[in-house]
Amino acid sequence: MVEQTYDKPIPVPQPESDYYWNKAREGELWLRRCDDCETAYFYPRDICPHCFSRNTSWVQSSGKGTLHAFAIIHRAPHPAFKAEAPYVTALVELEDGARIPTNIVQVEPEPTQIRVGMAVEAVFEQITDEITLPKFRPAKSGL
Amino acid sequence: MAKLSKTAAIVGAAESDEIGEVPGKSALQHHAEAAHNALADAGLKKSDVDGLFTTGFSTLSIGEYLGIQPRFTDCTWVGGSSFVVHVAHALAAINAGYCEVALITHGETGRSARVRGRGSGFTNPNQPQEQYETPYGIMGPPAAYAMACSRYMHQYGEERTRQGLAEIAVSTRKWAQLNPKAMMRDPMTFEDYHDSRWIAWPFHVLDCCLVTDAGGAVVVTSAERARNLKKKPVWVLGVAESHDHNMFSQMPDLTSTVSRVTGKAALQMAGVTHDDLDLAMIYDSFTYTTLVSLEGLGFCEPGEGPDFVKAQRTAPGGDFPLNTSGGGLSYTHTGMYGMFLLVEATRQLRGETGERQVPDCKIALVNGTGGQLSSTGTAILAVD
Repeated sequence: MVEQTYDKPIPVPQPESDYYWNKAREGELWLRRCDDCETAYFYPRDICPHCFSRNTSWVQSSGKGTLHAFAIIHRAPHPAFKAEAPYVTALVELEDGARIPTNIVQVEPEPTQIRVGMAVEAVFEQITDEITLPKFRPAKSGL
Repeated sequence: MAKLSKTAAIVGAAESDEIGEVPGKSALQHHAEAAHNALADAGLKKSDVDGLFTTGFSTLSIGEYLGIQPRFTDCTWVGGSSFVVHVAHALAAINAGYCEVALITHGETGRSARVRGRGSGFTNPNQPQEQYETPYGIMGPPAAYAMACSRYMHQYGEERTRQGLAEIAVSTRKWAQLNPKAMMRDPMTFEDYHDSRWIAWPFHVLDCCLVTDAGGAVVVTSAERARNLKKKPVWVLGVAESHDHNMFSQMPDLTSTVSRVTGKAALQMAGVTHDDLDLAMIYDSFTYTTLVSLEGLGFCEPGEGPDFVKAQRTAPGGDFPLNTSGGGLSYTHTGMYGMFLLVEATRQLRGETGERQVPDCKIALVNGTGGQLSSTGTAILAVD
């Protein structure tokens, strides 16, 4: 029996992000938030990139946000993405405040179907036993 | 800073022997040929070089390959803007007495490496982008720059942005047609632009720079030494550098690069204004890079770029000569293109560019952009 292989790059969790990836595996999106300047940020790091405070903690994101920017990738940047092209890369502005790089899925990869500012929501795509990637789709429930 | 203005000059500038598609040469060969040619252009010998600057490779590799043992060494890596930043650092080092003759080299084989192979591809998992961007296929420049452009279109209007991008692509090709070293010299119409295939929407292939094999080098020395060399010194009047993120998703404002800081600072150091400039060499990894940099550098307000480049005013014969070599879009783009901005500006200021010569070209602005719109280095160069 031939096992199906996942040949796209797989994140290697680091000490500051173990929690993030563990939660993603459970279908949850968590952000790092500064308890002093009260700002959520991405990517997860212990020291607040805004006010340099070390008083930061994890908070769960609603997974809802708006599309901040996107591209439709026709020419795959790496052979591993050839089969998937055209696919949609995006930055999503979460309602919790942070901006996260991702893919928009469950949508036609056409500029007429996707617009900056549209409401999106997180979905979770398991790629290995350890790693699940948070992705986004056009919101079904609205914001 | 103003007191360092005009205390050093570019005295040599050159490409490697052949540029474009050069399957028979390595990146190091391009470095070496360009270094050889730039020193010959300056009338200097390798033994005169005491400051070594490069990126991509470490100066350790370049020093070894060329047989140079410098007393000042700098491999600052800020992507394609690195070489403009190296000019700034050379100016500082020369003034501080750390070196007198600075050699800055570049060489990459972006085109032929596609055939020979690039190695395994993925990089250090400690780099945040390896966790948060590459797994999503956000890899390489087109995805990032295209996303930034989508935001610009949202803020300032898709159709007028599209027309601005087209103006830049078409005018840059017209300059390339006047440069025998340019890779893409066939005429390009607006229709060609709009009909060209998608690479990463909103970018057509004709929004994207070439990927070529090439090398380039410049030599910077003190004012005193520059005056006694064979060519007219190209004075470094002003320089500035900055960056505000590394990975694309951390960019604070997708419609503004740190050229908003470096442009102003370099002009101030030089003591000149936009009206004094005869030539602008502005990094064009994508048409969008140039559009957004024109705004950052203060040639026009945010969102006004499409109006600024209207009606081919940046083409040969227009009143705003821009990227006269044919740019990264049509002349050459190795990967880190900034070196070639310096080479063209130097030649224009010396009056060496033949058919594409900008008349009475005395002051030029050079703006390099690196990474994912992450870094800029601006230089104001001039001749007496």
